[in-house]
Amino acid sequence: MAFENLTEKISRIFKKIRGQARLTESNMDEMLKEIRVALLEADVNYKVVKEFINNVKEKSLGQDVLTKLNPGQMITKIVHDELEDLLGGGENEIKYQNNRPTVILLVGLQGSGKTTSAGKLAYLMKNKLHKKVLIAAGDVYRPAAVDQLQQIAKSIDVPVFSKGTNVSPVLIAKEAKEMAFNDHYDVLIIDTAGRIAIDEPLMKELDEIKKEVNPDEILLLVDAMSGQDAVNVAKSFNDLLSLTGIIMSKLDGDARGGAALSIRHMTGVPIKFSGVGEKVSDLDVFHADRMADRILGMGDVMTLVEKVQDEIDEKEAKKAANKMMSGKFDLNDLLSQMKQTKKLGSLSGILAALGGPKITPEQEAAAEREMKNVETIINSMTPEERSNPDILKYSRKIRIANGSGKQVSDVNRVLKKYEQMKEMSKRMESYKKSGKLPPGLGGFGGMGGFR
Amino acid sequence: MGLISFLKDKFSKKKTEDIDAYSEGMSKSRQNFSNKLNSLSKKYHKVNQDYFEELEEILIESDVGVKLTLKIIDEVLEESKKKHITDAEEINEILINHMFSGYMEKGETATDVRFVNNGPTVLLVVGVNGVGKTTTIAKLANRYLKQGKSVLLVAGDTFRAGATEQLQIWADRLGINIVKGDYNSDPSSVAYDGMIKAKKDNVDLVIVDVAGRLQTKQYLMDELSKMKRVIGKVIPEAPHETFLIIDATTGQNGVVQAKAFAEVTSLTGVVITKMDGTSKGGIILAIRDELGVPVRFIGLGEKMEDLKEFDLDSYIYGLCVEK
Repeated sequence: MAFENLTEKISRIFKKIRGQARLTESNMDEMLKEIRVALLEADVNYKVVKEFINNVKEKSLGQDVLTKLNPGQMITKIVHDELEDLLGGGENEIKYQNNRPTVILLVGLQGSGKTTSAGKLAYLMKNKLHKKVLIAAGDVYRPAAVDQLQQIAKSIDVPVFSKGTNVSPVLIAKEAKEMAFNDHYDVLIIDTAGRIAIDEPLMKELDEIKKEVNPDEILLLVDAMSGQDAVNVAKSFNDLLSLTGIIMSKLDGDARGGAALSIRHMTGVPIKFSGVGEKVSDLDVFHADRMADRILGMGDVMTLVEKVQDEIDEKEAKKAANKMMSGKFDLNDLLSQMKQTKKLGSLSGILAALGGPKITPEQEAAAEREMKNVETIINSMTPEERSNPDILKYSRKIRIANGSGKQVSDVNRVLKKYEQMKEMSKRMESYKKSGKLPPGLGGFGGMGGFR
Repeated sequence: MGLISFLKDKFSKKKTEDIDAYSEGMSKSRQNFSNKLNSLSKKYHKVNQDYFEELEEILIESDVGVKLTLKIIDEVLEESKKKHITDAEEINEILINHMFSGYMEKGETATDVRFVNNGPTVLLVVGVNGVGKTTTIAKLANRYLKQGKSVLLVAGDTFRAGATEQLQIWADRLGINIVKGDYNSDPSSVAYDGMIKAKKDNVDLVIVDVAGRLQTKQYLMDELSKMKRVIGKVIPEAPHETFLIIDATTGQNGVVQAKAFAEVTSLTGVVITKMDGTSKGGIILAIRDELGVPVRFIGLGEKMEDLKEFDLDSYIYGLCVEK
């Protein structure tokens, strides 16, 4: 995007106010202004932004800055936590009925992704939750909508209840529900025609369907690309139908999806799922923390710091650190370091979170392939070889290469990297003697050697 | 002079039929925009900072975007200071004027499809998923059929389930030919077949539907650029026109979309759909500001004839004035 990213903007402002121990009106103002622009650029509704910024200001004023954070990081943390709080919460899971079919009605604007999401939901429920699912083809207006649903349903082997396009959707819903009850389905998903929100006849029809089938869930599809009006649309649907949840669609694009925040804030309806791709398996349960990062448009150092603390097994890390410091670093340690790094997520994700350079998908794939190679090769060694790499001579290398499906040259490359790491570990020893701990020990030491 | 009479005066020379269509189609969009603008000038006899803040709110809530909004507000502020204007209604007029001139100064303002002198004119229609591409194609086909042109449709969306069927239904209703391929087949080969047929039948206009794609999916964008090359090989200099379809509900990602598509296909225009909803479609102003691409058509309703040539005056009039 052409915009300077929020992380850059905020760190630029930080520089001016470094060393201030308390958040005050004056040191906060400029940062809040940037955060406001970031939220507006993410399509968060104007009024919601205003309220949100005021809340953050109130919460932050006079707060002591945590020792390890600068004021900018501090305020970002407050903003992030506040966002996450607002986005999450509420009953965000589907409640399944035990003794009868759970009826789910999908509603939304034209082109928001109802039909595709009907397929994705069915796939999720069938394959992950082992439910018996029926989909009702209730969009009788858009040309070929029924065909589209049937093609999707066929690909995931889920039956479709359809009566063509000359029957009223209310009747289709009613009969589909009867079929779901009679044939003991666990879930009935009803697809409906798209609307331009305040199109009264269609809204009335939705209301009739609701009264007829009395659904357990009414889910509104919201396009992640929606602008300022999304909140009004959601309000109209909610006023009429009392929604039970939101599905954010098209989150695989680069839209920041601020509508999620506006809608959650203005209607209180919980966000339950997010559509993250074109494949039928691309539907995720909603993660408030990820959405908060996305709306802010920044890699969040704080989340990563927390993540590092959670994921890195303290003991393991200590063991590896001690070994490294003692200069007795072997291939087992190398392997364990790589596993720790992998737990943190994708390389690009880690780099983004650290505000590091952007890498292309190709670079990322190459780096990840390389890490995978190293792992495979070490895994093909005997325990003895791993703890004492010096015994690796040509015949052993051939065996390892064959065992891992690689070339001897690949094995040599791993050993060369290991030697480099060992060299580093020797230098650590001298650090130890001087009584200082080198920075970046633990998960990232290993990664540096492999990029 | 009040804002409404100012606008009415400004547009008195326009064809009333078109203005009526805009005014009716945009009645829902207008509810917030003009009511707010009017109540604003009633609330403030003399403008102050709060007034400009509320003006900012109105523009941002119309999806004009922060950047362009701040730019317009700055211009209005400057002009009102220079001319010592503090009357709210006069300031609203300055605002409307700046919205006009900002758009007009950004480049050409063609609307109708520009036909080539010899052989078929090729129009490529692109956009993200769900913006109403197929429906818009049908409306465009209908428009040029009525003008006595021969039209051929090419179903280049072989990816989305039901897409080809949907276009087929429209082709049947309009009584025109359609070239299509199998589900999941290579869209470039469908485009190739389409161009060959267009040349053979010597049609006036070929409209190529392209699968909806998020601009972040590199392989899909590559596919689009291949399609474009294939088309150009059969009919030199084609596609002559490439329209990006944008949904009126689209927020600031619209600018990102337009940039991404422009890189691959050199956009010649934007078509905004679903303007009959409550959205204001301010994103077209932001796109124009960033890329200079003109808006060519505007979708004001579901009926075939509800696709109108874009007219900036009528758009702003539609946003502001009751019929």
